[in-house]
Amino acid sequence: MRLEPRTRVPFALVIFAPVAAIVASFVLCAGLVAWSGASIFEAYGLLLKGALGSGFALSETFARATPLIFTGLAAAVAFKSRFWNIGAEGQLYAGALIITVLGTGMLDLHPGLMIPILVITSAVAGALMLLGPVLLKIHFGVDEVVTTLLLNFIVLLLVSLLLEGPLKDPMGLGWPQAEPVTEAAELPRLFRGLRLHSGLLLALLFSLIIWIVSIRTTLGYEMRAVGFNQKAARFAGMPVKSVMIKTALISGGIAGIAGFSEVAGMKGNLTLDLSPGFGYTGIVVAMLAQLHPLGVIISAAFVASIFVGADAMSRSAGVPSYIADVMVSVSLLCMLVSVLLVRFRIRWS
Amino acid sequence: METSFAWLEIFLNASFWVAAVRIATPLIFGTLGEVICERAGVLNLGIEGIMTFGAMAGWMAVYQGAGLWTGLLFAAACGGTFGLLHAMLTVPLGLSQHVTGIGITLLATSLSSYVYRLILPEVNSPPRIQAFEPLEIPGLSSIPLIGEALFKQTPLTYFAFISVIVVAYVLYRTPVGLAVQMVGENPAAAEAQGLNVTLIRTGAVVCGSAFMAVGGAFLTMSAFNAFFFNMINGRGWICIALVVFASWRPGKALLGALLFAAFDAYQMRLQQLLGAEIPYQIFLMMPYVLSILALIVMSRRVGYPQALMIPYRKGER
Repeated sequence: MRLEPRTRVPFALVIFAPVAAIVASFVLCAGLVAWSGASIFEAYGLLLKGALGSGFALSETFARATPLIFTGLAAAVAFKSRFWNIGAEGQLYAGALIITVLGTGMLDLHPGLMIPILVITSAVAGALMLLGPVLLKIHFGVDEVVTTLLLNFIVLLLVSLLLEGPLKDPMGLGWPQAEPVTEAAELPRLFRGLRLHSGLLLALLFSLIIWIVSIRTTLGYEMRAVGFNQKAARFAGMPVKSVMIKTALISGGIAGIAGFSEVAGMKGNLTLDLSPGFGYTGIVVAMLAQLHPLGVIISAAFVASIFVGADAMSRSAGVPSYIADVMVSVSLLCMLVSVLLVRFRIRWS
Repeated sequence: METSFAWLEIFLNASFWVAAVRIATPLIFGTLGEVICERAGVLNLGIEGIMTFGAMAGWMAVYQGAGLWTGLLFAAACGGTFGLLHAMLTVPLGLSQHVTGIGITLLATSLSSYVYRLILPEVNSPPRIQAFEPLEIPGLSSIPLIGEALFKQTPLTYFAFISVIVVAYVLYRTPVGLAVQMVGENPAAAEAQGLNVTLIRTGAVVCGSAFMAVGGAFLTMSAFNAFFFNMINGRGWICIALVVFASWRPGKALLGALLFAAFDAYQMRLQQLLGAEIPYQIFLMMPYVLSILALIVMSRRVGYPQALMIPYRKGER
């Protein structure tokens, strides 16, 4: 067996790849759904209805997609330069932590000033989380995958420590949770009575900014070059180390803003279950989007609809809701294969 | 002045050494498995998920009525299957070992949760099994201080020690082991020697993944007797760090796992000693911090397999 690069890749095939991957993952997971005793078509129907069937469902899906756009962008930016940031989960919590410190009474400003300041500080917190791993990679050759993964555990323990100590809400009935953020720090809801909040607009804005940076600026060009061929980039006189550091700071920063958006828009306060693995799911989102900043929006919406829909399906059809995690990870693996088949032709010889 | 030396007295307590060896066991299996994969040139970040699935599968098999050793074999087979999937995607297809590995971890972890909930939908407190009992080696186990730690453990711990010797022997002294090393260092040269790079790499990843799953199964079938979600809790990632610490050598992997576990057992006892003054989370962070430190210290002088993470395509240079 041999892989032969395709000389010309039709655009239709590029679009077709994620569709094929998603169909394949639905087919592959059908066996697991059937194992639970539910009818496959009925279960998938319930999933679709639960994710997109009503205004409420759509609100829930896009509210769930919001943090995934941020973490998906964080992964997409980093992976494009072949910097493997697997620490978006920790960066998200770092952003949420700083918001909790600043937003629960320490800062008291007009919302028009408060929200931009909180966005920036959460980004700084997330970026700082990734500064260590990128410097270790550049100066000592320490693999960033392991350092960012291990930092996730460290940050979560730090959050737990602070939630049981200095940041504990005295009105929280003993639960390890922080005080809610003040009204000025809250991201307003988009519709009355629905949880969808303006964090989504912020996420869309950042996707657009990252897209423009990646196609219109020197930095974007250098980031791609470093990812494509680091040696060639260095030979061409690009400041590879500085590009790597900038990439890491942008990636960590965006993941940090996800923490702000979840605390200020969705939950209202910081708890230990703020993120059910948004950082890890962001990797899937980025890969499904083929690392395209605007594609991240669509793939985040898709992944969110699986999670929201699976909750509904699990309530009415009795399929454990963990099926959503299975489907999302299967779709990642299918996506990897389908992208490969778009770029290469398999020759059996 | 009695309390001031309590931190030292921990070392004089036989139960500390017993705990250290027990904590080391899953890390020995995991690190050994990862060493096998990486020696053949394939990074396996599926380890965290494979250990989780092994923990669930072995335990579940026994809970459904299988014998302990059958359950263990089943866990190993499941691990090997995930390894085969990882190898198929990364070796002949040459996909990114980083992203595929993370994908395998996400898949194996979520499948463990799904299968557990599907088979046991109604349970809240995890049901228990009759786990492996400690097997005392008469005479040797009465050596003071370390006798119980080394000679009064469950069979899986002895199995871990034996595995280190077997893997080291196979890797350094047999044609198969040399072939594995060769495809990890210079696959083109291996191919020129008539070796099948794809086959050897795939075999190594399957075999290494089986070891990882056994490491996970140790937790549910020997250290505890029940399965909890999140019970692997980063142990797989720690094994990845231990592989670097061990410079990809089985013997050093054993040493690294034991050192690490001794540290972990020590911080747990220190936690009981100082629990009132220092929050327990600080102690729980220590293993992860230590892993990062170990990576930094060792990174300068490691001889990693030259072809690690580089997919091999026939005829390409």
